[in-house]
Amino acid sequence: MLRLYVEEKMLSITTFVIVSVIKIVIALAVLLTAVAYTVWLERKLVGRIQNRWGPQRVGPFGLLQPLADGAKFIFKEDLTPPYVYKPLYIAAPILSLVLALTSISLVPIGNWVTVRGVRTPLEITDVNIGLLIILGITSLSVYGVALAGWSSNSKYSLLGSLRASAQMVSYEIALGVSLVGVLIMSGSLNLREIVDMQGGHMAGFIPRWNIFRGQIVAFFVYLAAAFAETNRVPFDLPEAETELVAGYHTEYSSMKFAMFFMAEYANMITAASIATLLFLGGWHGPLGGPWWLQAILPVFWFALKVFGFIFLYIWIRGTLPRFRYDQLMAFGWKFLFPIAVANVLVTSLIVALQK
Amino acid sequence: MNVFSGLAALAKGMAVTFKEMLSPTIVENYPDGPGPLRGAMFQERYRGVHVLQRDENGLEKCVACFLCAAACPSNCIYIEAADNTAEHRISGAERYAQVYNIDYNRCIFCGYCVEACPTDAITHGHGFEVATLNASSLVYRKEQMLAPRPALQGQNAVFSISGEEQLKAEREHGGVGRWIE
Repeated sequence: MLRLYVEEKMLSITTFVIVSVIKIVIALAVLLTAVAYTVWLERKLVGRIQNRWGPQRVGPFGLLQPLADGAKFIFKEDLTPPYVYKPLYIAAPILSLVLALTSISLVPIGNWVTVRGVRTPLEITDVNIGLLIILGITSLSVYGVALAGWSSNSKYSLLGSLRASAQMVSYEIALGVSLVGVLIMSGSLNLREIVDMQGGHMAGFIPRWNIFRGQIVAFFVYLAAAFAETNRVPFDLPEAETELVAGYHTEYSSMKFAMFFMAEYANMITAASIATLLFLGGWHGPLGGPWWLQAILPVFWFALKVFGFIFLYIWIRGTLPRFRYDQLMAFGWKFLFPIAVANVLVTSLIVALQK
Repeated sequence: MNVFSGLAALAKGMAVTFKEMLSPTIVENYPDGPGPLRGAMFQERYRGVHVLQRDENGLEKCVACFLCAAACPSNCIYIEAADNTAEHRISGAERYAQVYNIDYNRCIFCGYCVEACPTDAITHGHGFEVATLNASSLVYRKEQMLAPRPALQGQNAVFSISGEEQLKAEREHGGVGRWIE
């Protein structure tokens, strides 16, 4: 079923394992660092939006703040409230974080590279149904939230997790359908092939990114749905601190609490990566310069686009108020979903007429 | 149409926040700022550590009338009065405050003492970095609160000079002004 792109004629199994382990270590380190500095960036930018300074006491520009936060989280008392259902209470944050970290392993950040005769893709594994797996894994993350809220045995947590599960299941549909247009156009579920489709230019200068090829509506539907999926403002009802204390993670402390946050930010990065890959042409961008620059540039373009999305996430958080719950549901079902379906219909019609 | 007006409103809001992102902060850059105040900024009316003023001849304005101590709701002002003599003249009137202590463990910076003072001797300065690990050092003596001597005669030492001028004056004349460090 899963056709792994292991070129077995060239790679022995030992080399494959070694290369995979190296890639996993690098990806994990980069992702966790990115998560930490997304938190820093968010605090800094939201601070500037509110005419505050943001973190600035630890290191230059507060750049060491994530380390201080991490140290603080580790040394906090890890208390388990009475009456929680312990197995699930402990499993929920682990589940959240594991799922969030797993989904990133299918995100390609650049083309195939050859290092000392070993040819390997710039992702942990290249799967021909990559997008489907990512959607599957990210939709599993609702379990982390739902179980956390239920096992905490607290009304705030339960309300938060109820909201979260309803919201995430609802917006999953709009999110999935909004991607169908792109899938029809590229005819593949392999993220690498979808990105390859978007190389080159139209009319000389417009990049052939899907957002410029008629998927702009789908892009905005995806954007809105992704905000809801990652529980970000303006769809942050599951963790609405003003109404529900902190929603599903009210009863958590120390590293367990931190794991929920790491999962949330890792999910943000995954959602941003998918948007980049599907709509903004992945790692395509202007190339030039010496060979080493040409090797780095695709990854740089990819990172830049993801950064743009993260910036947008934070900017929106600094701008918009929270939706009311019925507004949230109405927006998802009565607005986003029909638009996504209409986009699929129009796209498939155009693709059919072109053939 | 509803969608477009909604999007327009969204764009407007985003523009506002983006503009604020680039504008300077309103929050002071206090411990990292430039100058002797390190970025702290004060309204003139700010009630900080007290300053005991001098008159235009450099004599202390305080005449040890005890009205400030009477007005103080937290009872933190302690005064011992003494008589001026021709050889030893401290204030312009009959008596002067030999000891004038304010216990900043207790002071609530309400400003009643300043209002009560008939000679405008006690005023609020802008000193605010009074925190210490040793509570006994929070009892400030008269010498710590007294406005510096004649270099600035006739000027309102609290309000009308900048921190730099004040520091310079203190360095030249050896005065003790606790309101800026």
